[in-house]
Amino acid sequence: MQVKPGSRWKSAVDSTEVVVVRPPKGDVSLECGGHPMVALGEAAPEGLTISPDFSGGTSVGKRYVDADSGIELLGSKAGPGSLSVDGRAATLKDAKPLPASD
Amino acid sequence: MQTHLLLEMAAEAIGDREGYTTVEGGLSYAEAFRRAKGGANFLSRFEGDKVVFLGHNGPAFPLALYAAGLAGRPFVPLNYRLADADLRKLVARTAPSVLIADGTMATRVHGVEGVRVVTREAFEAACVDDDNCCAELPFVDQDIAILLFTSGTTGDPKAAVLRHGNLTSYVISTVEFMGAGEDETALVSVPPYHIAGIAAVLTGTYSGRRIAYLHSFAPDAWVQLAHAERVTHAMVVPTMLSRILDAMELLKIELPHLRAVSYGGGRMPAAVIERAMQKLPNVDFVNAYGLTETSSTIAVLGPEDHRQAFASPDEKVRARLGSVGRPLPSLELEIRGPDGKTVLGPRESGEIYVRGEQVAGEYLHKKVLSDDGWFATNDAGWVDEDGYLFVEGRLDDVIVRGGENISPGEIEDVLRQHPSVVDVAVYGLPDDQWGEKVGCSIVCADPRPETAELAQWVQTRLRSTKTPESWDFRAELPYNETGKLLRRVLKVEMTKDIAA
Repeated sequence: MQVKPGSRWKSAVDSTEVVVVRPPKGDVSLECGGHPMVALGEAAPEGLTISPDFSGGTSVGKRYVDADSGIELLGSKAGPGSLSVDGRAATLKDAKPLPASD
Repeated sequence: MQTHLLLEMAAEAIGDREGYTTVEGGLSYAEAFRRAKGGANFLSRFEGDKVVFLGHNGPAFPLALYAAGLAGRPFVPLNYRLADADLRKLVARTAPSVLIADGTMATRVHGVEGVRVVTREAFEAACVDDDNCCAELPFVDQDIAILLFTSGTTGDPKAAVLRHGNLTSYVISTVEFMGAGEDETALVSVPPYHIAGIAAVLTGTYSGRRIAYLHSFAPDAWVQLAHAERVTHAMVVPTMLSRILDAMELLKIELPHLRAVSYGGGRMPAAVIERAMQKLPNVDFVNAYGLTETSSTIAVLGPEDHRQAFASPDEKVRARLGSVGRPLPSLELEIRGPDGKTVLGPRESGEIYVRGEQVAGEYLHKKVLSDDGWFATNDAGWVDEDGYLFVEGRLDDVIVRGGENISPGEIEDVLRQHPSVVDVAVYGLPDDQWGEKVGCSIVCADPRPETAELAQWVQTRLRSTKTPESWDFRAELPYNETGKLLRRVLKVEMTKDIAA
């Protein structure tokens, strides 16, 4: 699938939603709970369940990265499924917040 | 990523929490999101491709900002302090547009071709209209979030372009989502047309830190609001800080809840920050340096840096109190020489360049980023051995005397340390022999010291080439409404004096 920066995706198996902060280098399959995500606003296939291998959960406001493709995602809605890219588990990106400056 | 997703996330995760408040009442994140959608539907019905905002601080400001984003129209907050003629010129440049104006300001901008004026009251009423809130929003592909007119101290104001991606990149890379406790409140008194006012809406929403708005800054009102709303965080420009400290003493109000004060937007005199740290020992101070074109903050001097510098016997460490700290880890910063290419080493003064996703470096119809993404800030500065950045001021303000580059800020800092000096501005004046000479306008307490004494003061601390040759004593110096010293105004006045 083509994954553009700023595009929003929802899980086919749970409540997880993400927004693409940095796009991947090429086409990738973006998955949650082990199944491909769908563009927000489109209908998800029915009858799928979360794969136990991808059930660690996704948090809202956390960033997730896949080093191979360079993609960076932001969790915009939490869910029990975890994110993966072409089957590779996405990893949580360490964020070091700054002291409030605004 | 669009800026209004920040509000949507807060509405989803911490919807019941109060997000924005003024004396007129508060607004939760969920309610703010509902109303912003209502506002977006209302705005979408007007002709035009921009949403202009002319008004004071208050919950209508974040609503209008997010509603404009949801409607896919760039948001253009305007400076209501401009003279009518200048204001109308800017309004005309936004056509075709819809303009939301405070009731008291609407008449000032009526009748500009292509600009439809609605009052803030009408906009707020439309935001709560159920039909508006529930209607589907049309999809608009628009990645410009904000157009912000720069103060235009030289020539016509330029419209800086900030894209959704620049702003959200800044927010998500520097702020922890819902990182603020429920008891945290930030007092925002910078106006809506300042980048700090815009950044405050976005970072406040994302962190979950309630914003208490002051309609516009006044020291007494600031202290009273900070006390009444149990304010924990605040952002001020340097000129506000000393007035706030004065007001606290005069009103005999302590601010026990205040935990963090950030400042930026101009040079902070050492005496003021030292006084603030003494008076408010439990407050974390943060110096933030940034530009409109960089979506706000690009370097930060944090609370620990402040305390270390304040307590250090080492001159070099102590001097960091006058720095803006270190660049954000999410961007790159270089000091370059006059050719714009050579990267300079520690303690070499040059122009500050930055690169990163939050760096917009773009004006309407004119991209000013280099091909490889670097933005020339037009600010002069240098970096010490440990990466602390010292900003010397606008590049154009640097005085070139007989081939030597002289920073006005350095001389101003030295003069401010003189016990009789209240305020001072240093600038270059044309000189037949040296090209430029050092001039200064100065405000002194009574009894006024002799010029020779002040000159001696500078000469023993710096050197003779940096000693002002022209002394202009005044009752006060000109500042713009966001606390920026209008050095150029003085320079022009004094240059005329020489010619005459």
